[in-house]
Amino acid sequence: MSVQKFDLVVLGSGPGGYVAAIRAAQLGFKTAVIERENLGGICLNWGCLPTKALLRSAEVFHNMKHAADYGLIAADLGFDLDKVVARSRGIAAQLSAGIAHLMKKNKITVIEGQGSLVSPSKLSVEKDGKKTMIEATDIILATGARAKQLPHLQADGNLVWTYRHALVPNMMPKKLLVIGSGAIGIEFASFYNELGADVTVIEMLDRVMPVEDEEISTLAEKSFKSQGIKIKTNASVTSLKNKKDSVICTIEAKGGKSEQMEVDRVIIAIGIDGNVENIGLEENKIKTDRGHVVTDQWGHTNIKGIHAIGDVTGPPWLAHKASHEGVILVEKIARDKGNKDIKNLHPMDKGNIPGCTYCRPQVASVGLTEKAAKEKGYKVRVGRFPFMANGKAIAMGEPEGLVKTVFDDKTGELLGAHMIGAEVTEMIQGYTIARTLETTETELMHTIFPHPTMSEMMHEAVLDAYDKALHF
Amino acid sequence: MTIELRMPALSPTMETGTLAKWLVKVGDTVESGTIMAEIETDKATMEFESIDDGVIGKILVADGAENIPVGTLIAVLLEEGEDLSAADAITADPIAKTPNAEAPAPTTPVAVTPVIEQKPVAKSAPAPMVSGNKTDRLFASPLAKRIAQQNGYDISQISGSGPHGRIVKSDVENYTPSAATNVAMQCISGDAPYVEIKLSNMRKTIAKRLTESKQTVPHFYLGVDIELDNLMAARKQLNSLSDDYKISVNDFVIRACALALIKVPEANVQFHGDVMRQFNRADISVAVAIEGGLITPVVRGADQKGLRAISDEVKDLAKRAHEGKLMPEDYSGGTFSISNLGMMGVKQFQAVINPPQAAILAIGAGEQRAIVKNGELTVATVMSVNLACDHRAIDGAGGANYLAAVKMFLEQPSTMLL
Repeated sequence: MSVQKFDLVVLGSGPGGYVAAIRAAQLGFKTAVIERENLGGICLNWGCLPTKALLRSAEVFHNMKHAADYGLIAADLGFDLDKVVARSRGIAAQLSAGIAHLMKKNKITVIEGQGSLVSPSKLSVEKDGKKTMIEATDIILATGARAKQLPHLQADGNLVWTYRHALVPNMMPKKLLVIGSGAIGIEFASFYNELGADVTVIEMLDRVMPVEDEEISTLAEKSFKSQGIKIKTNASVTSLKNKKDSVICTIEAKGGKSEQMEVDRVIIAIGIDGNVENIGLEENKIKTDRGHVVTDQWGHTNIKGIHAIGDVTGPPWLAHKASHEGVILVEKIARDKGNKDIKNLHPMDKGNIPGCTYCRPQVASVGLTEKAAKEKGYKVRVGRFPFMANGKAIAMGEPEGLVKTVFDDKTGELLGAHMIGAEVTEMIQGYTIARTLETTETELMHTIFPHPTMSEMMHEAVLDAYDKALHF
Repeated sequence: MTIELRMPALSPTMETGTLAKWLVKVGDTVESGTIMAEIETDKATMEFESIDDGVIGKILVADGAENIPVGTLIAVLLEEGEDLSAADAITADPIAKTPNAEAPAPTTPVAVTPVIEQKPVAKSAPAPMVSGNKTDRLFASPLAKRIAQQNGYDISQISGSGPHGRIVKSDVENYTPSAATNVAMQCISGDAPYVEIKLSNMRKTIAKRLTESKQTVPHFYLGVDIELDNLMAARKQLNSLSDDYKISVNDFVIRACALALIKVPEANVQFHGDVMRQFNRADISVAVAIEGGLITPVVRGADQKGLRAISDEVKDLAKRAHEGKLMPEDYSGGTFSISNLGMMGVKQFQAVINPPQAAILAIGAGEQRAIVKNGELTVATVMSVNLACDHRAIDGAGGANYLAAVKMFLEQPSTMLL
C-alpha cells in the first residue's frame, strides 16, 4: 500500500479545517485535507449558509407581504418551496466549489474519504472500500459536530427532522414543532413561520435563546409571539409517536402538567454532539471529555502532533471560532518549528467571540450579558437605545429592536453588547473590535458614526450608559 | 529591498529583551548563520543568528539597550547591490530608543558586559529613578492605561504582551509594582554608602516570580530526617565499579523524588485555577546557582531514567547553565523542584515554590549525627529535608505521604530498583 506523506493533514474541511489548511499552505507546509462528504463541511453545505439563503427568501417574502407599507403593490403573493430550497442548495454547491478552488490555488491536496487515526502520525482514509495511508508530522482534527439526539428524541428524516432534513423539507408542514430555542431552532421556526406554518417552539429553560441577555430574550419572545409563533418555555418533549404522516408529541411543563399535540413535522434542535467516533481517538489515547476532544489553549491535544479545533473541541459551536482557532493553531505549530515570521501570536480570547442568530428580528451579541457581568461581581453601567428612536431604522421600516451595552462602572471596559433588530448581525463587529482593542467608553464616545445609519444606535447605546444619550 | 531585523522571541515567555552586545558593525557582511548579537532574555543570554545574507546597513539600538519589546526593529540588513544610503530612510521604532542614544551620559554601560553598572550615589543628591525604557510614544490599550492610572502604576514600567508589545489589560492586572519606593526610602534615611547594581533580566524574573509565589501560593512546610548510611554504601559500591561515572547523593535524591511522585501521584500536581493538573511523568527541576542568580533546568521523565543517565544529564545541564547556554526547553516546564544547599553546609532550610509547580524539596547536608535507635545512642549519617507544598493543590496528609515515600526510597535505596 502506498503511503502519501505530508507535513500537516487536516481531518475535516469545514470552516475550521479548510481555513487551517490554507494558513498551513501559506506558511509552507505540505498540506492535505481529508473530507468524507462535501468541501466546506456543515457550515457551507448544511448549516450557516444554506439557512441564510432560506431566511433571505423568507425575508423577501415578508417584505412582499408588507409592500403596501412602502407604497408598493404586490399581488398574487406566493412561494414555491422547491425553488426556495433549490436556490439554497445551489448556493451551497457554489460555495463548496469555491472551497475546491481555494484548495487548488493553495496547492492543498484534497483526499476524499473517511479518515481515521492509525497512529499519532498516520491516518487511514477509506473511500468505497479502498484504503489509503497518509503520514503527517502534524494532524489537526476538525471533524465538527452533528445534531444531538436523545433516546426519546430521534430523527427519522421523514417526520422528525434535524437541521439537515429541515433544509431540504419533504413537505411544507402546516403544523411544526421545534424542540429547542437556540440559534438553529429559532432560525427554522422563523423561516417556516414566515412561509405560513403554525409553529410551536419548546424550550426547556425559562426563556428563548437562553445564551443571550435576558432583556434581549424577552424582546425576542415578544416579537416571535406577535408573528404567530407559539412558545412554551420551562417545557420539554417527553415522547414523539410517529403516525402515518404526523407526529403525536407529548409536552411536559415544568411542574408536571403534560399535554399532547399532533403536528406534521418535528425539528430537533437541542444542541450538537462532537464527531468523535471512529476517528481513532481511543486507540491513540487522545483525551476526550463528554463527547469533545480536550485541547489546551492553542488546540494541542494530550498527544504530541495531534491537534483539534472547532466544534469537535466543544462550545461555542460557531464557524468563526473554528476558523480563528485553525489559524492560531497552525501559526503556533509553525512557530514551534522555528518559523521566525510568526509574531504577535496569542491564544483566542473566548470572551470576544460574537454570536449571531438570523431569525426575524435578528439577534447579535458579544461579551458578557448584564446578568453574567453582575454575577462576576462587576458594578455595571447599562446603556440602551431603541430602534424606534433611530431615523434610518424608521426610514427602513424596521422600528423594532434594541441596542444594549454593558460597561464596567469602575474601568469603563465594554463588558458586553447585545442587539436585537434588523441588520444587527452586520453591526456587532463594531463592538467586537472595541472589545478586542480594549477601548473604554471614552473612545467609543469619541468615535464618529456616519449618519444616517442604524450604527448610530451603537453610539447612542454607549452614551446612554453614561446618561448622555442625545436622541432618546 | 532592505531586510528589517527585529528583536526575536527567543523563548516562549520572552516579552522584551536586552541587546547585550552587537557582534557585527555597520558595513559588515553577514550570511545565514552568522551570529550578529547576544541578546539577554528573561532567562538566559542567547545568540542572535542571521537567517539572510547581506550587509549590515544600520544599527538602531545600542549595546546594553534594555526592555526592547519583541518585534522592535533593531537593525537593517542590505541585500546584494544595495548601498548604505538605502538604510538611511529607516528610523528606529519609537520604543527602541535607548538611554544611550538619547543622552550620551558618562555612565554609558561598558560594552562587553553591561550587567552590573556600578555607580556611586552621592549622599546629598539621591539619583532620580529614571526608568530604563524611556519612550516617545507608549503603546497601551485605553483600558490598560485607565486601570494603570486607577492603581497608581507608572505604565512605562509595565511590559506589553499585546500585538507589537502593546500593553493590554492583562499586563496591568498581572503587574506587581517593584520595590522602587523602598529603595527611595533608603536613599533618604540611610547613611551607609552603597552602589547601585542594575538588575539583570534574570534577577528581575526571579524577583517577579518568587514574589508572586510567596504572595499568592499558600505554602506549608513538612520536615523529615533521612538516614543515608545505606545510600552512602550503595553509592560507594557503584562508584567503585567504574571510572566512567560518579553518582552523587543529589542524583539519588532526584531519582527518589521522581519515583515518589509516581508512587504518590497526589503530589505530582499543579493548581490551575478551575482545575488541577496531575502529571503522569516526573519532570524534576533542579535549582542551579549561577552567576547573578539561579536557574532550574529540568530532568524530564526522571522516574524512567537510571542513576547514571540522571547523573550525566544533570552534569550536562549544570555545565550549560554556568555557560549561559541553556535553551528555553531545558528550563521550562518541570513538575517538581529540588533545591540542594547541602554541599554548602546548610543543615536545613525552607524553599520557595517555583510556580506553577506545587512543591519543592529543600535538601540539607548529610552529616553524622547522634541518634537514638532501639533505646541506644548510635551514630548515623542523617540529612534533613524540608518539603514546601502549595496547599491549594496538596494537603498535609498528601505531602506527608510523599515525604514518607522519598524517605523510604533514600533509606532503602535498593527499592529504587523495583
